[in-house]
Amino acid sequence: MNEIVAKEEIAPNTYRMEIRHPRIAKKRKAGQFVILRPHEGGERIPLTLVGSDPEDGTITLIFQAVGHSTRELAALEVGDVVPDLAGPLGRPTHIENYGTACVIGGGYGTAPVLPIAQALKDAGNDLIGIIGARTKDLVILEKELGALCSRLEVATDDGSYGHHGLVTDVLRKLLDEGVKIDFVLAVGPTPMMKAVADLTRQYGIPTMVSLNPIMVDGTGMCGGCRVEVGGETKFACVDGPEFDAHQVNFDLLAKRQATYKAEEQQAAQVEPHCKIGLDR
Amino acid sequence: MASKRLDIPRQPMPEQPPEERIHNFDEVPLGYTPEQAVLEASRCLECKKPSCVQGCPVQVDIPGFIRLIREGKFEEAARKIMETNMLPAVCGRVCPQETQCEVVCVLAKRGEPVAIGRLERFAADWEREKGQHEKPQVRPPTGKKVAIIGSGPAGLTCAADLARLGHDVTIFEALHEFGGVLVYGIPEFRLPKRILKYEVERLKEMGVKLEKNAVIGKLATIEELMKEEGFDAVFIGTGAGLPLFMGIPGENLLGVYSANEFLTRSNLMRAYEFGTTDTPIARGKRVMVVGGGNVAMDAARTALRLGAERVILAYRRSREEMPARAEEIHHAEEEGIEFHLLTVPVAFLGDERGWLRAAVMQKMELGEPDESGRRRPVPIEGSEYEEPIDVAVIAIGTSANPLIRDTTPGLEVNRRGYIVIDPNTGATNIPGVYAGGDIVTGSATVIEAMGAGRRAAAAIHEYLTGEKMSTVQAQDTEKTAK
Repeated sequence: MNEIVAKEEIAPNTYRMEIRHPRIAKKRKAGQFVILRPHEGGERIPLTLVGSDPEDGTITLIFQAVGHSTRELAALEVGDVVPDLAGPLGRPTHIENYGTACVIGGGYGTAPVLPIAQALKDAGNDLIGIIGARTKDLVILEKELGALCSRLEVATDDGSYGHHGLVTDVLRKLLDEGVKIDFVLAVGPTPMMKAVADLTRQYGIPTMVSLNPIMVDGTGMCGGCRVEVGGETKFACVDGPEFDAHQVNFDLLAKRQATYKAEEQQAAQVEPHCKIGLDR
Repeated sequence: MASKRLDIPRQPMPEQPPEERIHNFDEVPLGYTPEQAVLEASRCLECKKPSCVQGCPVQVDIPGFIRLIREGKFEEAARKIMETNMLPAVCGRVCPQETQCEVVCVLAKRGEPVAIGRLERFAADWEREKGQHEKPQVRPPTGKKVAIIGSGPAGLTCAADLARLGHDVTIFEALHEFGGVLVYGIPEFRLPKRILKYEVERLKEMGVKLEKNAVIGKLATIEELMKEEGFDAVFIGTGAGLPLFMGIPGENLLGVYSANEFLTRSNLMRAYEFGTTDTPIARGKRVMVVGGGNVAMDAARTALRLGAERVILAYRRSREEMPARAEEIHHAEEEGIEFHLLTVPVAFLGDERGWLRAAVMQKMELGEPDESGRRRPVPIEGSEYEEPIDVAVIAIGTSANPLIRDTTPGLEVNRRGYIVIDPNTGATNIPGVYAGGDIVTGSATVIEAMGAGRRAAAAIHEYLTGEKMSTVQAQDTEKTAK
C-alpha cells in the first residue's frame, strides 16, 4: 500500500502521481481529497483526488511543487512508499443534470476539475470547459478535459496560447454571445474563484467552488480549515471542500491562506529531504 | 504501626523548576525514587473495604499494588495495575486522582490522601525501564472480530480488554499516530510520547492489529465493516469533534487558533521543532488563551514554551469554577501564566494584513447559579478595555464529530449530535455497535473515556459469547488461586 507506481512531470514543476491504495481507489468520489505526508516529520498535505483505477487499486494525484512540502513529495520516485496517506476526505461533489455546465480550472486547479467534469458528464450535462494558465507550458489536462467537453476554451495570461487574458474574460464572452450556462464549477487560485463568483452572480448562475484553506487533520477535529460562507463559519474538511461561490468570503480565505508565508519562505531555503540521508 | 504510618507526610514528587522548564518540552514531574515510593506506599492503611477502588472508573486494585510497592515488588505492582488498566503510565500522569481515587482515601478525611497517582506512575515507569518485559497473557481465540474506531483512551482500553478475552481486534485510527487525544492534545511535558508508544506496543503484543490513516465513515462505513469485512461488533471511540468558537467579531483573524489546532500543530505535528519538522505554528509574543479547563492550561503552557513573553489566561468565571485540575492550575501559575479571571474577550481586532493585534476584553461578575450549578457570569457594562495580543487560543470546548453519524444510517444521536448509548453497556441502538468517550459525553477526562471503553468491552464480550464478565473474573481468580 501507498507505493508510488507512476510519476510524470506533466508541466514544469507539476507532477502527476499514481499511488497504490485499493481501498481509497474503490471508495473515492468526485470532489474528495486525501491527506498525505511525504516523510516522517513532514506536513499533512491535502490534495484532491484526480482519479482512480479501482481494478488496479491506484489513485491519481496532481500537484505543483510550489512549497517545501510539495517539493518533498515531488522528490519521491516510482517504487517509493508514501508513509502516510488518508482518505477519501471531504464531501463528494453534489452531482445532478443541470443542462449545460461550465467547468473552469485555473493553473493546477484544473486537476480537481477533471473528476467533477467526468461526474457531471456522466449525469447527462453538456459540458463547456475553460482552462486558464499563466503561460502555454502550464496548461494541463487539455486533452482529458477536451474529451469530456463539447467546447473547450483556453486562456493564458501572457497570450502564448488560446485567448490572451483571464478565464473570466472567456466566460463573459460566452455569456455575452448568448451561450446558455446553467451551472458553473470553478477551481483555481482564490482571486480567480472570486472573479468567477462575482461574474456569475451578475448573471444569476449557480456556482460552486472547491476551497483549499490551510488544513491540519482534515477529519473534523482541529478547525484550522475554517472558512466563512454566508456569514457563518464552516469547516472545509467536513462541510466542504465545495461551497456556494456566491456565499464565500474569498478575501478572508486569501488572508488565511497566507498565514505561514514567513515560515514557508524559511522552509524554502531547505533542500528536500535526501532519501538516503542519515536522517531516515 | 498504624500511628507510625500516620506520621509519614505525603511525599512530594520532584519537579523541573519553573524557570528551567518553561524553556523546554521535557516532562515537568520527575517521578519518585524507589525510596520515596516505598515510603509513600507505607502510608496506605490497606482498608478492608477500599473506597479508592470504587472511586476508580476502571477499578484498579489500588491497595493491592500499593502493598507490592511497599514490599519492593515494583514490577509485580505494575502487573497488578495492568490486570485492569493497560495504560498505567498514562493514567499515573493524566488522571484526575484528586477527584476520583484520592478524594475518597480514608487518609484524606484527616490529612492528605495517599499519592495513588504518583505511585501508579512509579510502578509503570519501573516496569517499562527496568522490568523483565513479560508478554501479556491472552485467552484462546474466540474467532470473533471486533473493530475499534479511534485509538484514544476509550478505544485503547476497549481493545486491550477484548484482546485479553481472546477476540480478534483491529483498531482504526484516522491520524498518522496512535493515541488520539493522548498524542494530539496532551503536550509532551505532561505525557512524553515514548511512554504512550510503549503502552500501545503492548497492545500489539496482545495481538491487537492497528491501522493508521484509516478514517472510518470515509474509507469504509460501519455497515461495510460488519457486512463486507466480517466484523462481528464495532466500538466507536472517535473522541472530540470540531472546536467551538465564541462567535465574536475577528475570530477568523490570522493568529486566532482553536486549542485543538494549536495543540495538534505543537504535539502531533511537533511544530515546536519546526526546522527539523515541517509544520509551522505562530509563535506569539503576547498570547491569550480563553478558557479554564485542562486544555486551556495545556495551550497556555505550550505557548510559553514556544517563546511567548507573556501568556494571559482569560476565564469568564472565577477561580473556584475553573474545571482544570488543581495540579494543572498550580503548574501554570508557577510558570508565570497570568490569570485574568472574570474577563472575556468580546471582539478581536486585526491589523491591515488580517493579523490579530488586540482583544477587546469585558469584565464579568458572578450572578445567580445557572443550569450547571455554577454562578453565571454577567457582563459589567462599560468595563471594556483593549489587551494587545498577537496570538489567541480558544479553549472553550468542542462539538460532536459528524463523520460517523453522517455515514451510519439509523444511528441514534442526541440533539447535539452525540451518540446515544445505554450507560451500563455502551450499546447504541444498532445491534453489535457500541460507543464511548467524548463522542458520547462531549469533552470529558481520559479515565472516564477508559471507563467507558472497559464497560463496552464487557458488554461486547457478552454480546459475542453470551459469557458475563463476572464469570470471566471468577475464573481468573480461581486460576490465580491455583
